Amino acid sequence: MAEKLTDKTFQFELVSPERILASEEASMVIVPGGEGELGILADHAPLLSSLRPGVVSVTSPSGEVRRIFVSGGFVDVTGDLCAVLAEEAVNVSDLDREALNEKLKNFEDDLGFSKDDPSKTAHIQKNIDIVRAKLAALAQAA
Amino acid sequence: MPSLKDFRNRIASVKSTRKITSAMKMVAASKLRRAQQQAEASQPYAARMSGMLGRLVANIDMGSSAPLLMAGTGKDDVQLLVVITSDRGLCGGFNGSIVRLARLKIRDLVTAGKTVKLVCVGRKGAASLKRDHADKIVQVFENLGKKHLSFADAAQVSDYILDALERGEFDVCNLVYNQFKSVIRQVPTASQLIPLSVEDAAEGAEEEKPAEAGVAKALYEFEPNEEAILADLLPRNLAVQVFRSLLDSAAGEQAARMTAMDNATRNAGDMISKLTLKYNRARQAYITKELIEIISGAEAV
Repeated sequence: MAEKLTDKTFQFELVSPERILASEEASMVIVPGGEGELGILADHAPLLSSLRPGVVSVTSPSGEVRRIFVSGGFVDVTGDLCAVLAEEAVNVSDLDREALNEKLKNFEDDLGFSKDDPSKTAHIQKNIDIVRAKLAALAQAA
Repeated sequence: MPSLKDFRNRIASVKSTRKITSAMKMVAASKLRRAQQQAEASQPYAARMSGMLGRLVANIDMGSSAPLLMAGTGKDDVQLLVVITSDRGLCGGFNGSIVRLARLKIRDLVTAGKTVKLVCVGRKGAASLKRDHADKIVQVFENLGKKHLSFADAAQVSDYILDALERGEFDVCNLVYNQFKSVIRQVPTASQLIPLSVEDAAEGAEEEKPAEAGVAKALYEFEPNEEAILADLLPRNLAVQVFRSLLDSAAGEQAARMTAMDNATRNAGDMISKLTLKYNRARQAYITKELIEIISGAEAV
């Protein structure tokens, strides 16, 4: 039965404000929804959800899995189209652990410097969360 | 009467000017193509976003809890104008027409007894608005996207607007920018950003899928819930709108520069042919004069 379900494919789109990053057939997409991972198969009910920073994994009809990191955004499922709107998206395999650790340290330093400014700390905290999520995605892949 | 040497110098200088303007025209043309591609590439995201917004709004029951970005502060006393111009000149009436529209708006608002605050994007607009509205300028963004306009640049502007809104520094926010209609036409436009007019958003959604509008209303699932998504979506929508205006403005700037430089090149060509004509006449006159001198000298002997 499960195999029967995955036979059917749907269109997956990954859109950033600057361009369409991916538009392909997929048999399953897993997105990091605001309230937990969401698995989307063909004929999913129409859904609108926010995304937290995390990994979108796209299973192509041939069974290949592509893992893409998104820094948050939205997923919009309508009929046979699943569109992920993300401001930043990178392939997990393109992430660099050392650079990320470096970044994390820098942001944490920044956080220490700007303790008194709540609007700044919120911004930096957001960046830290994104970098942490990237590292988590890498750890998961390893 | 300028001497022959003067003419030669003039012609040489106009010729080198023509070389520069025609080079600038070609550079602008290639930059324009890139800017247009970028604007086109940003289309799907914006379309999706307005579609989502429209569906959300159709599903949500707008009570008193409507978010600040959509409802506004309920007043319109302090008006924020975001004026988008270019950083560089030599682009014809591009910046002039924006500044003129901004001035007109400022005058109308001030006569209506409102307080006006200005955010200038682009050095040229800031420079000319500084002359008589320096007290109203609260923030200037320069050199945005000098090489390549990215979404982060737009986010910089929209983050500033959001912060100011949260601090209660303004009630209504309007964007003044050049809308790119075609290569020879850029229309200075003012559009309201905050409060966001729901009708516009809903309209966009219906354009996208007229048939599904009714179905969508009943069937959609939202996670976590409509209000939370809306609260998340609205700030991003603002950034997208700013981004699109910046892209439009960037394309318009290059188009305006291309047209201006094309005209300049043509004018330089006209000038050269006029100067050459005068130069030839002067040379002829000089030769005739020398001949007369020689002949009359010979006759006197």
